Amino acid sequence: MRFEMEPFGEFAGRHIGLAPSDVEPMLETVGAKSLSELVEETVPEPIRLGRDLDLPEAITERRLLDRAAELARSNRPFRSYLGLGYHGTLTPGVILRNILENPGWYTQYTPYQAEISQGRLEALLNFQTMVIDLTGLPIANASLLDEGTAAAEAMLMLWGSRGSDDRNVFLVSEACHPQTVAVVRGRARPLGIQVRLFQHGDIAAHDPDDAFGALLQYPTTEGAVVDYRGLCDALHGHGTGVVVAADLLALALLVPPGEFGADIAVGNSQRFGVPMGYGGPHAAYLAASDAFKRKLPGRIIGVSVDADGNPALRMALQTREQHIRREKATSNICTAQVLLAIMAGMYAVYHGPEGIRAIATRVRKLTWTLARGLERLGHTIVHEQFFDTLQVIPSSFTSAEILDRARQRGINLRDFEDGTVGVALDETVRGEDLGDLFAVFGGEGERELGAGEVAADIPEPVYPAELARASSYLEHPVFNRYRSETEMLRYIHRLETRDLSLNTSMIPLGSCTMKLNATSEMIPVTWPEFGALHPFAPVDQAEGYRRLFDDLERWLCEMSGLPACSLQPNSGAQGEYAGLLVIAARHEDRGEGTRDVCLIPSSAHGTNPASAVMAGMKVVVVRCDENGNIDVDDLRAKAEKHSDRLAATMITYPSTHGVFESAIREVTDIVHEHGGLVYLDGANLNAQVGLCRPGDYGADVIHINLHKTFAIPHGGGGPGMGPICVTEELAPYLPGHPLVDVGGEAAIPPVSAAPWGSASILLISWAYVAMLGRDGVKAATEAAVLAANYMASRLSEHFDVLYRGEHGRVAHEFILDLRPLRRGTGVTDEDVAKRLMDYGFHAPTMSFPVAGTIMIEPTESESKRELDRLVDALISIRAEIRRIADGTLDAKDNPLKNAPHTAEMVTSDTWDHAYTRREAAWPAPSTREWKFWPPVRRVNNAYGDRNLVCACPPIESYEAETAGAGQAGA
Amino acid sequence: MSDIPEDLRYTPEHEYVRETDVDGEVLIGITDYAQGELGDVVYVELPAPGEEFGQMEAFGTVEAVKTVSELFCPAAGAIVAVNDALETDPGLVNSDPYGEGWMLRLELEAPEDFDDLLTAEQYAALVSDGDEI
Repeated sequence: MRFEMEPFGEFAGRHIGLAPSDVEPMLETVGAKSLSELVEETVPEPIRLGRDLDLPEAITERRLLDRAAELARSNRPFRSYLGLGYHGTLTPGVILRNILENPGWYTQYTPYQAEISQGRLEALLNFQTMVIDLTGLPIANASLLDEGTAAAEAMLMLWGSRGSDDRNVFLVSEACHPQTVAVVRGRARPLGIQVRLFQHGDIAAHDPDDAFGALLQYPTTEGAVVDYRGLCDALHGHGTGVVVAADLLALALLVPPGEFGADIAVGNSQRFGVPMGYGGPHAAYLAASDAFKRKLPGRIIGVSVDADGNPALRMALQTREQHIRREKATSNICTAQVLLAIMAGMYAVYHGPEGIRAIATRVRKLTWTLARGLERLGHTIVHEQFFDTLQVIPSSFTSAEILDRARQRGINLRDFEDGTVGVALDETVRGEDLGDLFAVFGGEGERELGAGEVAADIPEPVYPAELARASSYLEHPVFNRYRSETEMLRYIHRLETRDLSLNTSMIPLGSCTMKLNATSEMIPVTWPEFGALHPFAPVDQAEGYRRLFDDLERWLCEMSGLPACSLQPNSGAQGEYAGLLVIAARHEDRGEGTRDVCLIPSSAHGTNPASAVMAGMKVVVVRCDENGNIDVDDLRAKAEKHSDRLAATMITYPSTHGVFESAIREVTDIVHEHGGLVYLDGANLNAQVGLCRPGDYGADVIHINLHKTFAIPHGGGGPGMGPICVTEELAPYLPGHPLVDVGGEAAIPPVSAAPWGSASILLISWAYVAMLGRDGVKAATEAAVLAANYMASRLSEHFDVLYRGEHGRVAHEFILDLRPLRRGTGVTDEDVAKRLMDYGFHAPTMSFPVAGTIMIEPTESESKRELDRLVDALISIRAEIRRIADGTLDAKDNPLKNAPHTAEMVTSDTWDHAYTRREAAWPAPSTREWKFWPPVRRVNNAYGDRNLVCACPPIESYEAETAGAGQAGA
Repeated sequence: MSDIPEDLRYTPEHEYVRETDVDGEVLIGITDYAQGELGDVVYVELPAPGEEFGQMEAFGTVEAVKTVSELFCPAAGAIVAVNDALETDPGLVNSDPYGEGWMLRLELEAPEDFDDLLTAEQYAALVSDGDEI
C-alpha cells in the first residue's frame, strides 16, 4: 500500500495531515483491513478508475517556486493604459502583507457563523459603507464577481420588478465596456430579455416604453464624463429603471449616480488596491435605492445585536438567496469576493476621504496634463470632459502606428478600431510615464514633452458645477482613524483576531472542503509578473499565463475524464450556469432547441435549480429515497415523461448526502437514452480525484470548484473559481470573449468579464497539482475518505450518522442527525453549532442538505489529533445534552442555549447561571492550551433582518439602538 | 401544542380564515403552528388592495430568518385591505397570529367557499401528523 509503505513526497507529506503511523489505528477504528479495502467499499466497483492518472510526478515546493518564477519571467507586464474597468493600483504594503498574504484573512469560509466572523463582517461593512458613500445610494451588498456580472444582476433586479410583462427590453448604452455588454447579452438571452443598444445622447429615438431598464457607463468606456440627469429623468418618465456602471475612483470627484437618478450602481473596486491579476480576482460592487432592499443579489452584511444587546454583525436577509428560494431565486450567486472587497474597503480606511480625493485628483490632473500636451502635439482629444481616460484622434500618425510605437516602449494603449486610440491613467502613473506617452505621440525629431513643463502652464482642472461632486463621503470614524501604519496594522490585526480561521482550528464544513491552502501555492500569486497584467493585454505578453492555463486545463481534463476545459467561470455557480448554457447551445445546434427540461434531485444544492432557471430551463424535481439516494424509478418516469424536452440533469456526486450512489451509471444512462445530457456538480470532487472520473461514468459537463478540491483559499467568502470540463461534443460551445480569442468555434457568450476569470489564483491550483503530482492527488483523496470514515465511526456511538453507501461507508463527508436530540431537550443544530465555538471550533455545515442535521467534512489536511479533538468536543457536547435530558442541566439556562460564551460574560462580577463559568468557557482540555474567544454572544438574526442597517452606523446611533434592543428584549 | 381556535377555518397550507362583521369578507393570516415552525418572521410581502386571487393561488410570501414560504389564498376573492402594520412590525405574525398578525381582508367571490375549508378539528389532525411546511 503506497500510503503506508512510502513516505509521502515532500509536499504530500505536508499537505496530508495524517501521518503514515496514524493510518493503521484509523483503519482499525473504521473496520477496514487496508486503505485500498476502504476505498473499494466506498467507491462502487463499476466506476473505479483502475489505473493511475496521467499526471506528472510530484515536484518539491522549492522546484515549484522555480517553475513559477519561470512562468513569471515569461510574462511581460507592459505599462497598461488600456482602461476598460481595469487599472493599475498601488496596494498599500500593510494591506498586501497583513490581509492578502495572511492566512488569518484568506482561509475562512463564508461568514455563516457570525459570532466567530466579526472581523471580516466589520471589514465588509466598511466596504459596503464605502460603496454607499461613493455611489450616493443607500444600500450596497458585500460584493459581486465582476462588473459584467454585476451589471447583469442589476438587469435582473429591474426585470424582476418590472411593472408589466410587456416590458422586455433592456437598453444598453453603446458607451459601456464591451465585455460588460457581452456578459449582459449572454445573461439576457436565455430569459427572453431583448438587449437593445442605444446612444446615450439619443434616448428619444429609441422609444423606451417597452424597456424595463437601461445601463449607462460613467465615465463612458471612451472616457467621457456625461451629465446623465436629463437622460435619467427621461427614462424614469417612461417607467424605465436606470443602472449606472460607475468607476469608484471617479466618484470621488464626480456627482455620484445616486444624486443624478440612478436606481442601481455597479462597478469594479479593483483599482482600490487590488492587483489586476490578468483579470482577477477583484470585487465588483452593487448599490441600489431602498426599494430594492429585498431584491439585492449576493450577500449583505447587516448590523444587529447579540444576546446581551451588544452590537454584532451578520449576513442579513439570507432568505433572498438561492439556497432558500431554489428555482424561484432570481440569481444563482452564492460567492462574493470577500477577500478582495475587504482589501478595497481597507484601502479606503487607509487613505480616508482626503487620501481618496487626492488620488483621484492627481489621476485627473495627470490626464488633463496629458490631454493638453497631446493637443499641443497636434492630436485631437475627442471628449471635453473626462476623468482618467482619453480618446485620441492622432494626427500625422495612424492609430496603428501609435499603438506600435507604444508597444515598442513597453506600453499598451487601447485600440478603438475606428482610427482613435485610448489612454487610461491611474494612480501608478508618474511624471516620467507621461514623458514616455508624449514620446509615443510626439513623432520623430519633435521635442519630447515632460509632464512638468506641460503642467506648469495649464490651469488647474475644474469640473463644471453640474459634474463636480459637492457631497462628502467616508465621514465615518473608521475612515478617519487609521492614517499611520502602526494604527492600520493594529486595526487589521484586531479584526483578524475576531475571526476563526484555519490558523486556529479545523473548519469542518461539509460540502466546502476546507483543506490546506499551502503557503507555497500562495506565494507566487502576489508576484507583480502575475498581478500587473491587464486582462486584455495582447496574449503574447502573457506567455507565462498561457503555459499555466495549458497545464491546468490538461490536468483538470485528465482528473475529470472530460477532454475540453474552460477556465472562465468565476465561481461554482457561474460554472453551473456556463455548463448549462453549453448544453443548451448544443441542443439548439442540433435543431433540438425545444429541449428545456432539467431534472434535479430534491437533495441538490439550491444553486442548481437557480442556475437552471437562469439558463432558461424548466426545473423538474426528482425524488430521493429514504436513504437519500436519487429515486431511480422516479427519475426514469420523469425522463420518459419529458423525453422530447429533456435537456439535462444536474447531479452532485458523491451526493450532497456524502454518499457514492451505486446507481450513478444507471442514472446517467437513463438521461442519455432520452436525449438529455448530464451536468455534474463538482462540489464533491475531493472524494473522487484519482479514484473515479465523472467523464467515465457518464457526465457530459462538470464544474470544478477550484476553491474546494484544488486548494484556492475561500477568502472568507470569495474568491472562488468554477472552470468547466466538457465532452468533445460540447467543446465548440465553451464560452468566448469579445476582446480575447478564447472558447470554442461556436462559443456561447462570456459568462464573466475576463477571458480566464480570476486568472491569477489559477496559480494556486496549478501549484497544488504540480506539487502533489499523480500519486499525491490520489493519496489526498484516500486520506479525505479515511478521515471522514474515521470520524463517522467514532461518532456513530454517540450520534446517528444519517446516510451511508451500500457497504456502510461514507464518502469524504457525513451527516449527523441531531433531530432526535431535540425531543425532550429543545436542543437544536444551531445550539450545537454555537456551543462548538466554546470548544474552539467552527461549526460543521448546518441544516444542509437536511434540516436539523450537521454535515462534517474533515478533508485530508487535518491531523488525527485534530480529528480526535473535534470528535471529543462533539462527544462532550452530546454528554451535555444528556444532562439536559436527565435534568442535571436546566432546559433553558444551559451551556448550549447560552453559547457562545464571551470573555466578558464569564469574567463579569455576576454569574447567575445554573452551571459554572468553567463549564461555560473551558469545556475541553485543549481550550486551556489555546482558547479562541468568540467576540460576541449569539447574534439576534431576527432583529437585524427587521431593522436592516448595511452601513457603519454612527457611533451614537449604535449606542441608542443597543439600548432600544435591550428594552425590546426585556 | 399550538393554538387552533375553534371558530376559524383553515387550509392545508396553514392559512386561517376568520369571518368578519361584514358578510362575505374574511380575514386571513397564518396559523400559530405555522409561525412556530417558521420562527421569527422578518418580512411579509403582501399584494395591493384591489388585486384578485383564485383559490389557493399564491398571494405573497412570508420570510423568516432562515426560510421563506409562500402564502396561499384560501378562497377566490378580491383584496379589500392588507395589514400595513406588518410592514414595520412583522413580528406580530409571531406574537399574535390570530389577532394583530392578520394579513389580508378578502372579499370572497363565493361566500359559501368558507364552508369548504378545513375545520379546527380537521386542521388539528393534519398538524398532529407532523406535516412539514
